[in-house]
Amino acid sequence: MSLITSLARMEAVRDGRARPLTTVRHRHLAERPLVLVPLTTAGEAGAPLGALVGTDRDAPRLLVVAQPRDRDLRFAFLAELADAVLPYVEGFADAVETEERKETDPETGKKVPVEVELCAEAPQLLVPGTAAVEYVRLLGRSMRFRRTAEQDPEAAYPAPPRVPLLGRWLTHFGERARVPGSSLLLPMTQLLSRHWATGQSNPEDQHLGSLLAWIAPPPGSTGAEAALRAELDRDGDGLLRCPPAGPATDPAFDNKRLAPATSRYDRARAEATEAAAALEAAGGAGAPMARARQRAAAAAVESAEREIRALLESQLRPTWDAVWHGVDLLRELRAGERVADRWKRDRWSYTTHRDRVRAGEPPQPRRDDAVTAARKLATRETALARLDAQEALDDPLVMATRRLAGEAFAGEVIEVVMEYSTAKVPRPRPLVTVRTDDSPLLAEGAKIFRAHGATAQTAEFVGPVAGEPGALTVRLTGGMGRGKVPDAGSVPEKGDRVCWTLFEHSPRGGPELPDPERTPWTHGGPPGEAVEAPDPVTPEDHL
Amino acid sequence: MLLDGAGIDKGALAKALGAPAAFGQSQFALVRGHSFEQRVKADGGAALIRLLHERLGDGSPAPEPGSVDAPDLCAAGPEGRTARTALALREATAAGRWALLDHPLLALRIAGTPAYLEPDAVVVHPDGSWTVVEIKSFAMIDGAAHATKVGAAARQAAVYVLALEEVAARTEDLPRVHARVLLVCPKDFSNLPAAELVDVRKQLATTRRQLGRLARVEDIAAALPEGTTFDLCLAEDGRTATRPAGQLLEAVECVEAAYAPECLAACELAFHCRARAREAGAVESLGRGLRGELGGLTTVGAVLSAALGGAGDPEDPAVAALRRAAALRAEALASAGTGTEAAV
Repeated sequence: MSLITSLARMEAVRDGRARPLTTVRHRHLAERPLVLVPLTTAGEAGAPLGALVGTDRDAPRLLVVAQPRDRDLRFAFLAELADAVLPYVEGFADAVETEERKETDPETGKKVPVEVELCAEAPQLLVPGTAAVEYVRLLGRSMRFRRTAEQDPEAAYPAPPRVPLLGRWLTHFGERARVPGSSLLLPMTQLLSRHWATGQSNPEDQHLGSLLAWIAPPPGSTGAEAALRAELDRDGDGLLRCPPAGPATDPAFDNKRLAPATSRYDRARAEATEAAAALEAAGGAGAPMARARQRAAAAAVESAEREIRALLESQLRPTWDAVWHGVDLLRELRAGERVADRWKRDRWSYTTHRDRVRAGEPPQPRRDDAVTAARKLATRETALARLDAQEALDDPLVMATRRLAGEAFAGEVIEVVMEYSTAKVPRPRPLVTVRTDDSPLLAEGAKIFRAHGATAQTAEFVGPVAGEPGALTVRLTGGMGRGKVPDAGSVPEKGDRVCWTLFEHSPRGGPELPDPERTPWTHGGPPGEAVEAPDPVTPEDHL
Repeated sequence: MLLDGAGIDKGALAKALGAPAAFGQSQFALVRGHSFEQRVKADGGAALIRLLHERLGDGSPAPEPGSVDAPDLCAAGPEGRTARTALALREATAAGRWALLDHPLLALRIAGTPAYLEPDAVVVHPDGSWTVVEIKSFAMIDGAAHATKVGAAARQAAVYVLALEEVAARTEDLPRVHARVLLVCPKDFSNLPAAELVDVRKQLATTRRQLGRLARVEDIAAALPEGTTFDLCLAEDGRTATRPAGQLLEAVECVEAAYAPECLAACELAFHCRARAREAGAVESLGRGLRGELGGLTTVGAVLSAALGGAGDPEDPAVAALRRAAALRAEALASAGTGTEAAV
């Protein structure tokens, strides 16, 4: 944690409410995001309990599994989830714009420009916290290798149609969420804690309720008081008033409310099965009584199910509202200038996955091959460096952190001396001296960058000015046009305020990696052609 | 630790102090955990031994059906059970056959006080060596489980290995206790067991060092004022304290607590300690690492007044850095919305 962040946290303690960490919003926020609040069954790997999902804050769709141990009910839940999520995700697939991209021609080996489709917009999934992001990944993993009856008529326990497809999309969202700065799938806690510093520690910020309490405390109470209430306040029955944001439920809720309701449901279902058998056995004679029994049993099942739905909604709804509250707070911030650039990369990511699905490619493998894994890692590293640079350039408060760390310096130009290079055709290499209070960690000849125009203007550090503390001289080495005379406005003038960074503004990835077919033996050799087999299923599986 | 050593119910104490802990386990998780454990240990442990043998892959002959001993470990009281466990271990080691000890009880002296530990199972190999088995109900998906959960399981198992080593040292032919434990988890999304050998040498070394460094409870207790008692005077239900909160608070205040946010995940008294730390304005309540950056400034008030130039020695590097940070932050906030270059 940087000293400036620590300071902001302490200001928050002093003021009793959260303090800004940024001056702009650093993540894309879609006009119409899809919010998903999942709940899971305690102790099970990927047996969902329920979810609220939708794009309309006033009309979430409630999905419930009344008995998570029942595979049919779980499949029904997943089918409904696919029904709620897939139309939204696929709704962005057809509106496209064209982009020009350089691709290697397979015949000539030359780079030629080709026109490719890029989706004009992309879906955005918002979940309450990082645990929910992991849960989306897990759901994706559990579904993408399932077989539907259509794909494989022989499959034991076939999944409902579209469930494997949902699995592939959720896997893609989960995978993309690991790229720093991406916005396809975002946890609300991370979004909020990027933009505000609270008067509590980082682990405590993972609680959405208490985080919001710090950022927007209710009138008449401080953030600390409101956060404490959100964290610990329990009603007369020992249930949390602000239920956890999930996917894990409050154990007290499980034990005192859900477990009794689930056993009522189980009993009602057992009775219904018995009543149906009795009706069949009774035939014509005792039919009216048996029929009445069956009707009563069916009503009992229905009412038990209604009870579970109401219980789960009581746990989900506060989190749903909290996520939308967070959206409101974030919308008040203006988006950073370079956020659109990063969102465009998300749109690329969405478009390529759309293409893969359309081309009928198999689902993402369980384990990446060596080249894909290395490529993903390199992408994330580059994305992180880019994110760090872009956030600093978009936001003076983030730049202040970098200046404090000695990775950038800013100040006023006090002298400009025109000089030229000694090449055959002399080029302008002006010396600019600035006065700064910053103490950058610079060595003579170090390359530095200044945000100027579309690309960064490069310069070279010459050295400090003797006898003048805080005065540093740099030599501009680029960004001045092609002529002998620098383009107008490309060289700062005396009195201008300028900011140089020691880091690149648009960092690029490392060297190219070979195609997967050319994986060297040191890394396991080329991946086999083996198609991923579906997960084996047993009668008591949990998904 | 003093309270643990004294056998105080910290949960009840926290409740009495008005800062109850938020720990608890869902019965769904308990049921699932038990049913999985039973499944793993089914038919006298033969399945579990097969799993272990498969993982070892040492070319030794596979255990035959009916060749696994499962000694009865029932006895009265913890001392009785530990003695019974030690005896069973001795016998099984001498027998030269596979044996599965289901829920043995081991004793380990921590800071001079015995603590009783109950591993899920201990396997005795035909060669007389012992392996700790830990059965967990978190899933191993595509051969990988959640790293923090595996880490916690490894630390837990390391303590069992230490306790077993004490038993082994007292056994005649000094049987070997393996420093790798068998972790059994549900495979993918099923109820089938998947097992992996986990090397706990590192955790063993850490635990040994930590246990060695622990001050003896007697020494801490000796430093307390005479007559300090944590007696909760529990009511008949065995959970509710009847002693006045004021007296308890006074007693707890005598013990120094080093609160950090990480405590919240581990200790029943964390909310109490956090409230005290916040009241005192301790910087650690915002993060453990903060103290290192701030030098001698230990409270939020001191940091803020040093940062704003109201107090502190400007020659102190920590104070100088704080002032610089505060100035940069103020400058950036004042210029918000005008872009980096114009702002600086």
